[in-house]
Amino acid sequence: MSHEAAGLPEGIIGHHFSSLSRQNEAMRLGMWLFLATEILLFAGLFTGYAIYRYEFPLAFAAASRHLNLTAGTVNTVVLITSSFTVALAIHFARVDRPRAAAVCLVLTILMALGFLGIKAIEYTEHFHEQALPGKYYAFKEVTIPGAAMFYSLYFLMTGLHGLHVVAGMSVLSWILWRTLQGRYSSRYYTGIELGGLYWHLVDLVWIFLYPLLYLI
Amino acid sequence: MRLSEADSHALAGAPAAPSYLEDGTTVMSWLNTRDHKRIGVMFLASVIFFFFIGGVFALLLRFKLLEPGPFFVDAISYNRLFTLHGVVMIFLFLIPAIPSAFGNFVLPLMVGARDVAFPRLNLASFYLYLTGAAIAIWGMLHGGADTGWTFYTPYSSTSPTQVAPILLGAFILGFSSILTGLNFIVTTHTLRAPGLNWMKLPLFVWGLYATSIIQILATPVLGISLLLVTVERIGGFGLFDPARGGDPVLFQHLFWFYSHPAVYIMVLPAMGVISETVCAFSHKNAFGYRAIAFSSIGIGFVGFFTWGHHLFVAGQSTFVGGAFGLLSMFVGIFTAIKIFNWVGTMYRGAISFKTPFAYICGFLYFLVFGGMTGIALATTSLDIHWHDTYFIVAHFHFIMVGASVMAFLAALHYWFPKMFGRTYPEGWGLVAASLIILGFNATFIPQFLLGNFGMPRRYYQYPEHFQALHVASTAGATLLGFGFVIILIYLAIALRYGERSAPNPWGSKGFEWMTASPPPTHNFDEIPTITQMPHDYRTHEPPGVIRVA
Amino acid sequence: MNEFLRRLLFLPEQASTFARDVDQLHFFVIITTFVVSTAVGLTAIFFFIRYRRRSETQTTPHIEPPIWMEALFITVPLSLFIFWFFLGYREFVRQQTPPSDAMDVYVMAKKWMWKVAYPDGPNAVNVLRVPAGRNVRLLMTSRDVIHSFYVPEFRIKQDVLPGRYTQTWFNATTPGRYQILCAEFCGAGHSIMRGEVIVLKPQEFEDWLAYQHRGVVATQDGQPTSLDFSPPLGTMVDQGRRIAAEQGCLKCHSTDGTRHIGPTWLDLYHRREKMTDGTTVDADEAYLTQSMMDPALRIVEGFQPVMPSFQGRLAGPEVAALLEYIKSLQSDAVRTGPSEGPAYAPIRGR
Repeated sequence: MSHEAAGLPEGIIGHHFSSLSRQNEAMRLGMWLFLATEILLFAGLFTGYAIYRYEFPLAFAAASRHLNLTAGTVNTVVLITSSFTVALAIHFARVDRPRAAAVCLVLTILMALGFLGIKAIEYTEHFHEQALPGKYYAFKEVTIPGAAMFYSLYFLMTGLHGLHVVAGMSVLSWILWRTLQGRYSSRYYTGIELGGLYWHLVDLVWIFLYPLLYLI
Repeated sequence: MRLSEADSHALAGAPAAPSYLEDGTTVMSWLNTRDHKRIGVMFLASVIFFFFIGGVFALLLRFKLLEPGPFFVDAISYNRLFTLHGVVMIFLFLIPAIPSAFGNFVLPLMVGARDVAFPRLNLASFYLYLTGAAIAIWGMLHGGADTGWTFYTPYSSTSPTQVAPILLGAFILGFSSILTGLNFIVTTHTLRAPGLNWMKLPLFVWGLYATSIIQILATPVLGISLLLVTVERIGGFGLFDPARGGDPVLFQHLFWFYSHPAVYIMVLPAMGVISETVCAFSHKNAFGYRAIAFSSIGIGFVGFFTWGHHLFVAGQSTFVGGAFGLLSMFVGIFTAIKIFNWVGTMYRGAISFKTPFAYICGFLYFLVFGGMTGIALATTSLDIHWHDTYFIVAHFHFIMVGASVMAFLAALHYWFPKMFGRTYPEGWGLVAASLIILGFNATFIPQFLLGNFGMPRRYYQYPEHFQALHVASTAGATLLGFGFVIILIYLAIALRYGERSAPNPWGSKGFEWMTASPPPTHNFDEIPTITQMPHDYRTHEPPGVIRVA
Repeated sequence: MNEFLRRLLFLPEQASTFARDVDQLHFFVIITTFVVSTAVGLTAIFFFIRYRRRSETQTTPHIEPPIWMEALFITVPLSLFIFWFFLGYREFVRQQTPPSDAMDVYVMAKKWMWKVAYPDGPNAVNVLRVPAGRNVRLLMTSRDVIHSFYVPEFRIKQDVLPGRYTQTWFNATTPGRYQILCAEFCGAGHSIMRGEVIVLKPQEFEDWLAYQHRGVVATQDGQPTSLDFSPPLGTMVDQGRRIAAEQGCLKCHSTDGTRHIGPTWLDLYHRREKMTDGTTVDADEAYLTQSMMDPALRIVEGFQPVMPSFQGRLAGPEVAALLEYIKSLQSDAVRTGPSEGPAYAPIRGR
């Protein structure tokens, strides 16, 4: 243990782990399990979407046409790029270039902010058009029954995803701080790797939301 | 067979290190601990507290049901009481009871680890539990909910009572449960002692492992469904509101997708406890170790595909009803395998009849009867009559109380010396056990008959011809309550004044007895190397480790 | 044997064709359950007696079951369970598939009553009259939350959902009265949401139907006397309902049987009420009018004297309209006239 931990910052290895590789294994497994719970959290909403899309195909198609496709597409590009920068950050951390890693993390966080900004503009549009969920729905252009349901699901899914973006940003900021402290190096980079993994999940959920809400 | 004092000392190392109980005695040393044993003990205290709260609700309900007409409480209070009884017993007692309290305490000991994989998450799980409990209690004190613990829409989205805090509380409790499950899986994968391969894992660990998988995969779905009901109430999103094109039955599907597997969250750890204790008190190896281990995983898996048997009369199609009915039969099989193997374990054993063994006997009978009535309920046409009657109530209480609570009590008595280093009074233990088993039968067998007779559940007033059976059931419940109070009293006394117990009072070969009782904070002076199967009673070697001289 | 087991298991009377068949399976399943659980319990006790621990140093042999034994543990119960399932599913399919010659009755559930309507016949509240020996299909929907239509003697139960129709059917064998219970929790009045199925002999049912069609209803007794206008009866009830809402009566008095701040209006007319002073009063027009004008005079036991006087706030006709409204709130009122036929699609292949 001591030989492996030599030269690492204090407190990286828990007292109950016999080796660093054991601990890394544990952390990765824990993260993957956590990602599984996140996917199941969204699964409930996807089920709801599938059922109501089946029930109101026309309303869903019509309401979907009225979303801002450009904003959605730009947001998709932004998120995919941010996934790329977070992957780069992990790479730089592994090759002992913490400053480059930090820059990539900052870029990622900025893109996350950009994503939220564009989303906020979209939300404002919906408020102006009164394309609101459930009982508040008063959108003049789509009046087919079921359109309100589309917007309920739209707000729930993008809202929950937005919360995950915020959570992801906090995680990345924490990791940025840790990177600046010089905690990650070629010998230990599990923390930044797991943060990146979480960010990929946030991205992945959006990859499903984008076609379901904007394209089909 | 009993280890000599010298043996145990050799085993536990010199008792130089103080036990985990003596390692810091300030309140903060408990509240800010990372030690899985202390977190386990705090969970134990909390779940017992909530068990008694839920029990008081149950007794109030039973008292009201002595009379068919309005009596003692009014209809709305009655509805709140049964909702709170359900919510407290399920989310605050049964789900965390065995995994979070006993699992936390003994799982690392059983796998030969110094702690669970993520000690801080473990403490976070406890505080999430307290937060969820606090929010739910706040809701109870400010109006309570009257929807039943199932929160069926559209009633729950329109009920005038305080449903939202209770939903939020249950949501947070769900996260507590997820974190515990996550910790257990990672611990089992990465922190096993050298030599302890999967086919040597104690059966309790297998039970917890299967439970944890369900906790991780099912609980988020409960989370999202409760969240949806909350936005439905607050924001009128209309997802379950037929007036806005929503489907109320969708909620039932989402809800039971969690809550049926949740039944196994409550009963799989109980089965794990029985697998452990039946070996320990029969002093014999587990008959069909692999069968018991894999059937836990099997239950965890098939349990995800049976939720529709709660909806036979809810308007789902005849074909879907049949499919879910058939799938439910397979869950029964995995339970049947376990039961045969537990009975097989006693064959040619050396059985000592201690209090936990009394609970094992009760458990076996209740699980078989409760389980088979479950199979009967999955027999679609019979369910039409029984659905939402007292038959269902009696059936799931046979599993939840008859199996899970019996196993909880068996675990409590079996591990009491391990946890606190004291012995409980055996005589009183047997008295309480007989009271409880008797009282339990007297409470719930009349309820089976009430269900047959056609008494629907959640009835404040009922037709008079049901009264005799209700009175019998209330009498039984009183007996049951006395039993629990006796246990509480003698254990509280034993905690302080009980005789110091030997390090391994049962002569058990479970791996958790490899260390001192109570264990030191770091569990083992030296991580043991496991060479034996758990519960190998062919020799007199101490459990787990055969030291090479 | 059937009768003996039925009584032993506390099952209600078997009053439909389905009840008789499903009970046979019930007996088989429950007896098996009893036998198996007792056998397991007895085996455990036997093993305990036979294999007691005799000394602290006793060792035990290591026994593992042969693979054929585990296979037996799986296949024997599995075949038993699947056998149960197929017996049960056959009955289930039959119960879920109404025969095509069934007579239709519409049932509308709301908090906390059952409204029954015959396609071209009378409406009723909480009373379902059907002929014996005839297949009856119920088409059910709910106005508010989920309810469940349950008649124990028929062994049928079906959830009643808002926003869609569900169906069930039965063939009642024995004339008599059977209770309808609500089996899905629906709020404060859940346990009093009860109705009655009255199974009539076929001829009696035809007579009843014809009688209803002729429009001969029991005349309303106690016609109001002092009226400045004479609107049709129905309008007076409607007027009363409107006044009750406007004057805030309904804030304290429920119309569905729930106990609230004041006594419920459901079935209030001619109810014998016990007063706080120990006397008993028949809640007739006189008493009801007096209670509106001088409420504190005679209070029903169990309630607080909190009602304000409506002296001078209600005109004569308004009081009359309120009385008519209260009178109309009878839980078992049967009235004539065509039902508001709900839209529904007939069973396929009909």
